[in-house]
Amino acid sequence: MSVTTTQTMTEAPTFVEATLDGRVPSGPVQTMWERTKFEMKLINPSNRRKFKIIIVGSGLAGGAAAATLGEQGYNVECYAYQDSPRRAHSVAAQGGINAAKNYRNDGDSVYRLFYDTVKGGDFRAREANVYRLAEVSNAIIDQCVAQGVPFAREYGGMLDNRSFGGAQVARTFYARGQTGQQLLLGAYQALARQIAAGTVKMFTRTEMLDLIVINGRARGIVVRDMRTGEITPRLADVVVLGTGGYSNVFYLSTNAKGCNGTAIWRAHKRGAYFANPCFTQIHPTCIPPVGEHQSKLTLMSESLRNDGRIWVPKQPGDTRPADQIPENERYYYLEEMYPSYGNLAPRDISSRAAKRQVDSGRGVGPLRNGVYLDFADAIKRLGEKVIRDRYGNLFDMYENITGENAYKTPMRIYPAPHYTMGGLWVDYYLMSNIPGLFVIGEANFSDHGANRLGASALMQGLADGYFVLPATLPNYLASTRLEKVDENADAVKEAVANVQNITQRLMNTKGTKSVDHYHRELGKIIWEYSGMGRTAEGLQKALQLIPELEAEFWENVRVTGTANELNQELEKAGRLVDYFELGRLMCIDGLNRNESCGGHFREEYQTEEGEAQRNDAEYAYVAAWEYTGDDRPLLHKEPLKFETIKLATRSYK
Amino acid sequence: MRLKLRIWRQKNAQSEGKFVDYKLDGVSEDSSFLEMLDLLNEQLIDRNEEPVHFDHDCREGICGMCGLVINGIAHGPKAAVTTCQLHMRVFKDGDSITVEPWRAKAFPVIKDLIVDRSAFDRIVQAGGYISVNTGQAPDANVIPVPKEQADRAMDAAACIGCGACVAACPNGSAMLFTSAKLAHLNSLPQGQAERFDRAVLMVNQMDAEGFGGCTNIGECEAVCPKEISLDFIAMMNRDLLRANLMGKGKR
Repeated sequence: MSVTTTQTMTEAPTFVEATLDGRVPSGPVQTMWERTKFEMKLINPSNRRKFKIIIVGSGLAGGAAAATLGEQGYNVECYAYQDSPRRAHSVAAQGGINAAKNYRNDGDSVYRLFYDTVKGGDFRAREANVYRLAEVSNAIIDQCVAQGVPFAREYGGMLDNRSFGGAQVARTFYARGQTGQQLLLGAYQALARQIAAGTVKMFTRTEMLDLIVINGRARGIVVRDMRTGEITPRLADVVVLGTGGYSNVFYLSTNAKGCNGTAIWRAHKRGAYFANPCFTQIHPTCIPPVGEHQSKLTLMSESLRNDGRIWVPKQPGDTRPADQIPENERYYYLEEMYPSYGNLAPRDISSRAAKRQVDSGRGVGPLRNGVYLDFADAIKRLGEKVIRDRYGNLFDMYENITGENAYKTPMRIYPAPHYTMGGLWVDYYLMSNIPGLFVIGEANFSDHGANRLGASALMQGLADGYFVLPATLPNYLASTRLEKVDENADAVKEAVANVQNITQRLMNTKGTKSVDHYHRELGKIIWEYSGMGRTAEGLQKALQLIPELEAEFWENVRVTGTANELNQELEKAGRLVDYFELGRLMCIDGLNRNESCGGHFREEYQTEEGEAQRNDAEYAYVAAWEYTGDDRPLLHKEPLKFETIKLATRSYK
Repeated sequence: MRLKLRIWRQKNAQSEGKFVDYKLDGVSEDSSFLEMLDLLNEQLIDRNEEPVHFDHDCREGICGMCGLVINGIAHGPKAAVTTCQLHMRVFKDGDSITVEPWRAKAFPVIKDLIVDRSAFDRIVQAGGYISVNTGQAPDANVIPVPKEQADRAMDAAACIGCGACVAACPNGSAMLFTSAKLAHLNSLPQGQAERFDRAVLMVNQMDAEGFGGCTNIGECEAVCPKEISLDFIAMMNRDLLRANLMGKGKR
């Protein structure tokens, strides 16, 4: 962390505390979900079509939920900003999906997957949710295979597995390097079947811009048709958000360009609590940026670290090409600092170590902003063919992007924002604190604590979409008296007017600088002060800089075109408006959490060896923030109880 | 690098489009093709002109959202990459580059370089799935799938639905896309129950959307960023013939 400023600190935000209840059923986690499923109320099949469900997002969580609720007979509307539900960003996941099948007979079990996930999340997730996730993981694999997902097979025709970080068993199912794509196509095809059957109406190129809350319940959304600019309310009995994470607050991330936090943020402004916003994951192996033109960052699978050795020149400022730096002048810092784990040290630790090297002037590449991932030894030991068989597609992708042949020269890598563990707060039933608003997949906060393990994002999205939500949502409908609502309700008109006002204000500013200009600047602030390493001083600095930039944006942004047509500048501008506010909340949350855990590393709280130092006595809680309209959001704490797994220091030494 | 760009501009579906020439300076050869267009757009915004609209999302070659005809070739001069993975180092300083949208009767232009590909979704809706409700599945290892079959299914399932095959085909045919989905599902044991109905229903929808027929030119395979094989079209035609003899696809 290189905070050099000595500016006077702004006053630390003050908080009012309340205690939040996650509505976790009583009893042992092992039988909790079975019992809860029995105790929840049902809706008779012939009555289901009378209920309208809005689902925003068509990725693994949203697409699976829309298909499944459609199959059950509900009247579903599904919304996506892309031109087809098949393009949701779940499509880009490479590695695989975890399940506790124990097909390898290597000691795996539901309990072990549960344990690994709680520990991997640095004890900041809710036990009951994580147990349920592990419990339904096996049914996900069954379902996907039945849909025709072409998982990798052994010669005997059985499913193949590989191992992934944070686990000592091989429990990861995969489809080449395109597991996310194949799982998404499975959900997309199930969704297509329901669209054809008429149970799901699909709205593509349609963006949710506000949540409609009537008498305290979520009853609809306001959408903009991105082709025509038309803004309309859509009413329903219940609203589900499966809109993904907010890594694009950093501007440069591994997310798709269109991924955005607008749906969850605008729901937050309507009263939904935002939990643990500072829990963001920075993935250690991405291709470093090459210049100002950079529009996104590309992930190189973590599996490369099995055979690649990470190093930098010992001498800061050494500009010689890699092949001219002799062996004794290379610093294999992971191998030296973490001898037992070496190049396979966990994500958060590897990321921070790379940053320290680059900050100390040892960075490599034209912009001195990367570290080497070198395959020379592996090629010498195993031959180029073996390396090509294992990683050929990744080497090709690397060459496409950088123009460099990684068989000849070492790859250059650097950490990049990848996933957000934080999100809207939900209870055990995946319902937010606004009755009738459910949140699933990456958009909620629930299962990964402060750090997500590899191959667990796909598992959570599909668990929520196929199995959890389709069980809990009917319970809400069956136990709630829903009054009739129509478009003349004041809340509907007010929400539509709110969207129109934001749109008009953006169109009328008529400044001189582009939306991307401001987004890049915001990203630099968040990356610098709320990225891989954070300090109280830095976060306070960010809390000064962000509102300044935001004010300048509203004075001087230029949104070309008009509001009543396809206008990509307007789309981006609307999303950036929310990133300013969300970025601020990330910093407030990071400042409040005076400990280091998982992806949240506060420089002040580390062990002598530089590891994250948790403070369980004071921070074993979910920080759920309520929007208050000013810069002092209200903090609600949900205490985290570890009754099944004992709290322990997460050691990977 | 300096470039001379000739880009298709069209205000909306109703208006007539035209090529507009732009000069662009300061392009990094490390930037992707879409980042080059980002740079052009930054300059257009500076001049208070409307930026060029184009579809894109993941920018890592997997979502299938991007797709431009570059100097007459869908996804540009480099084989087996999407437009977002094409990098400017394949061009030379001073090059002239023509950029057009996918052109096909079934893909109407929405604006500039953006087209409507919803016809692809409707082809899948016609039968591109295995009918299994959530919860109906038996244990995943109950049906062994020989590795060879699983690999072939995966080869076909790798299709990203970008539409380059249609854009490249002189007939505007969607046979490579449709056959890839059929080959994916029809290669697997799980897909056998609906195999022949699926072939008829998807092909009927493909025809109804206004896509042309296949005359074995092979342009589709040549531009496909995922190298989907023409063999799948042959497989589709075989299934279709059998399906018609069996009177399938009437449901």
